[in-house]
Amino acid sequence: MTKTKLFDPNPSGFIEHDHNNDGIDRRGFLKCMAWAGTGALCIVQGGVLKSYALGSQMGSNMKSHKMGGLTFVQISDSHMGFNKPANPDVIATLKAAVDKINALPQQPEFLLHTGDISHLSKPEEFDNVDQILKSTHKEIFFVPGEHDVLNDEGASFRERYAKKSKGQGWYSFDKSGIHFIGLVNVMNLKAGGLGTLGAEQLEWLEGDVKHLKHSTPIVVFAHMPLWTVYPQWGWGTDDSAQALSYLKKFGSVTVLNGHIHQTMQKVEGSVTFHTAFSTAFPQPAPGKAEGPGPMKVPADQLRSVLGITDVNYVQGRNALAVVDSSLG
Amino acid sequence: MRRKLLLISSTVALPLAIVAALALYPTRARSEASSASATEVRVDNFTFGPETLTVATNSTVTWLNKDDVPHVIASNDGLFKSKALDTDDKYSYAFTKPGTYSYYCSIHPKMVGKVIVQ
Repeated sequence: MTKTKLFDPNPSGFIEHDHNNDGIDRRGFLKCMAWAGTGALCIVQGGVLKSYALGSQMGSNMKSHKMGGLTFVQISDSHMGFNKPANPDVIATLKAAVDKINALPQQPEFLLHTGDISHLSKPEEFDNVDQILKSTHKEIFFVPGEHDVLNDEGASFRERYAKKSKGQGWYSFDKSGIHFIGLVNVMNLKAGGLGTLGAEQLEWLEGDVKHLKHSTPIVVFAHMPLWTVYPQWGWGTDDSAQALSYLKKFGSVTVLNGHIHQTMQKVEGSVTFHTAFSTAFPQPAPGKAEGPGPMKVPADQLRSVLGITDVNYVQGRNALAVVDSSLG
Repeated sequence: MRRKLLLISSTVALPLAIVAALALYPTRARSEASSASATEVRVDNFTFGPETLTVATNSTVTWLNKDDVPHVIASNDGLFKSKALDTDDKYSYAFTKPGTYSYYCSIHPKMVGKVIVQ
């Protein structure tokens, strides 16, 4: 891919080591923040990540990336049942996310929901989300957030969303030559620790990818980040390194997470980590508040910090384009 | 008249309640009957306050969630575990034996606390 205009993905001062002045943090720590209606398109090719603005700055060669291949959308953290500032109406914002999905020029083949579907694991909360998402007319793959498995060790979650899953809700499937792996890292959490995958799931993962060709693109999705974003707030997964060691042989690995209610990206070799917007409420940037609780923003700014993530894969290019776009 | 009625009803109801509680929940009833201090831990901004609480044996400790998100109080060794506590929900546990009881929030495990029972 030729180099076109590079978007300045640094509206909030988040890239601290951009020595080449090209938007790429050479220490491999790029955060594509998408505040105030800005969209960032991030493309990874051969382990190098490039960022572009959405809209007018998008070069014609970018558009070719949107042709063919596979497109899917990630949504996350709908927190149905939450009714406090900054969002007393999470139904309305989830509906806005659905409208956004339904208006995408290239319709996604399916959706991934990376957890915290509900706020309190109540059946009526799950019912509401199911009802709203139905109007996308898309197949949806779910992994649980900690809010979805509050009172029954995830039994009702699995009954509703992951009937064919293994163990506590993990599974894999293939679409258009990509191998998708849904992991559960919100159960059996240990005091003082982060997210946990556990020995049983790790063993399953090792076996699941063992016989795949190295050229198979891999997409891993789980609720809590599988990279250490900010351990002080529990934003990471204790045994994620073990999981990633099984994925080292692959040329293209994309890891999609939710949980932290803000977009963030990191590249490590052939692995790209990405966290998605919430559709319910924003959370503060790491360490920028006393705690990780819901961030209060003025009502007219709320939709600029909520959103969806559009992912596009073009066969033969070994690249997945990850596009965050806010709801307003 | 109103006050008198209340007094009468409480003199009848209270012993009855204690008897019922003794039959159903002997541990909890003992702690209440011994008039040990009840103590509160506030769960606020993803921390337990105080993080370490020292109480007398037979004290009932109550956790009150003041956060906008739910928390679950769980002892590290599985001795006690609350349901999910939404904003302003409470959970109580009576500590009948001396010792140090470490606990955490089972959905935000970075949140840890301790109850020392003397």
